[in-house]
Amino acid sequence: MQLTNRSKQVSNKEMTLAEKMYLPAVVGGLAITIRHFFRKKPTIQYPEVKRYLGPVYRGHHVLKRDEQGRERCTACGLCAVACPAEAISMVAAERKKGEENLYREEKYAAVYEINMLRCIFCGLCEEACPKQAVYLRHDRMVPVFQERDEVIYGKDRLVEKMDDRYIRVANSEVKATPTEPSLTRAAT
Amino acid sequence: MDLTVLLVKGIIILVIFGITLLIATYSTYAERKVAAFLQDRIGPNRAGPWGLLQPIADAGKMFFKEDFIPSQASKWLFILGPCLAMLTALMSSAVIPFADSIRFAWDKVNYEIPVQGIEINIGVLYIFGVVSLGVYGIMVGGWASNNKFSLLGAIRAASQNISYEIALGLSMIAILMMTGSLSVRAIVNEQASFFEWNIFTQPLGFVIFLTCAFAECNRTPFDLPECETELVGGYHTEYSSMKLGFYLFAEYINMFVSSAFISALYFGGFHYPFMNEVGNALENSLGVVAGHNLATVIQFVVFFAKIFFFIFFFMWVRWTLPRFRYDQLMNLGWKTLIPLSILNVVITGAGLLYNFKYASWLIAIVMIVLAAMSTAKSPKREVVPQ
Repeated sequence: MQLTNRSKQVSNKEMTLAEKMYLPAVVGGLAITIRHFFRKKPTIQYPEVKRYLGPVYRGHHVLKRDEQGRERCTACGLCAVACPAEAISMVAAERKKGEENLYREEKYAAVYEINMLRCIFCGLCEEACPKQAVYLRHDRMVPVFQERDEVIYGKDRLVEKMDDRYIRVANSEVKATPTEPSLTRAAT
Repeated sequence: MDLTVLLVKGIIILVIFGITLLIATYSTYAERKVAAFLQDRIGPNRAGPWGLLQPIADAGKMFFKEDFIPSQASKWLFILGPCLAMLTALMSSAVIPFADSIRFAWDKVNYEIPVQGIEINIGVLYIFGVVSLGVYGIMVGGWASNNKFSLLGAIRAASQNISYEIALGLSMIAILMMTGSLSVRAIVNEQASFFEWNIFTQPLGFVIFLTCAFAECNRTPFDLPECETELVGGYHTEYSSMKLGFYLFAEYINMFVSSAFISALYFGGFHYPFMNEVGNALENSLGVVAGHNLATVIQFVVFFAKIFFFIFFFMWVRWTLPRFRYDQLMNLGWKTLIPLSILNVVITGAGLLYNFKYASWLIAIVMIVLAAMSTAKSPKREVVPQ
């Protein structure tokens, strides 16, 4: 009975003497492997060289500031609601007089914490944010942690520095980059 | 023998011993590197520059792992197994002639001491004696483990080693007949000029010897004693820590010794083309003693270059060929290699009678012609789609 038309008949014919002597086949095999010996290795030396994972990669979280250095987050809590892993928590506070250069709106996040043990890097917080305040960086991974008290990331680790602002650029020409990809550092 | 000779001999033996151990250690590193390169990988490169400290890290790990002896195993035999394997492997390096000789004058007496562990005129016999003891290490280890898989592995190893030793010996007899001596140094000196190398007079013997050397070292494609698919791990299933390390280490020493013997018996040992001219030039320019010693050092280096090539070849083959099935292995040993090597001995003997050195080529040519004819006659095997 024929079930598919991909079946092949196996040939069980007696080997010829040349085939039985193995040596020609052995030499052929050796020739193949020695060619691989001199081939260029495709390995990327990971900790020293990192592959450019593309503009859609979701890595380390960042809380954005605007051009004047004011935090964009208004502590609306939509990211925490959207988070399926319930990793985000925050405490809202009201902006005082004289803090206009620190916070963009009248309400801001006094505490903003992401539990990195829970985060699954799904990116839903990014999508939920109406103020474009939270992003997952495409160029930086969350570093390995060894202590349990290192895993809750507060504002000190999330809010971006003004001299290191995060801008997402698509650059398909980059294959692998040295440790810190400078191409994503924005000039602004 | 006076004290100076003893002292220099001792130094030579220590150097040879040290070099053997060092090469065996770094063979493990080389093996991993070669394997990686043949498979388009990079291999160990974290411990030290280019991973050069990797063998030391491996040894450290071996030492600190738990030294486990199964409760039902016979304790002393269990310990004796790896020791035997290591001992026999190390002993066989004693008769390899690494270079010609070193010359020096001391107290107005001229000395000339060959660079060799022991210079005995039954070197080849000694080698066969010691190498055939090597199987005891595996046998004792497999038996003492009190594990059926280990025992099966050990038995497979024993039957393999015995069947390949016959062909190994027979393929070498042709060389012994041509040289008329059992001394390894004499065999090497016989190949003084380039076209006298035994590879040119004994091509078939070389192929047989090489195949059997692979089988004797239990290297792929003949690593039947340790076959994960049928035997879990083979004769060393129950071994851990440095005892396992000894077994693996013995394999690498065996590989080094085999490479040394292949290059000594078939590739002229420490001889290289224009060796005498180079030696004479050195003696003329540097003086007899210094020139001779420098020439010896060059011979040493040349010999090691040949050895390294064959160690590389061992690894190259290992990462190319798959393991033999056991019946194929036995067929190859008993039905192919032994008859061929006997034929080689007969033909070489006939050739010697009529003063024709290259008699071994006759079989090789006949085989090639037969193979070509058989391939031409039968139509190419094809897979017929239904």
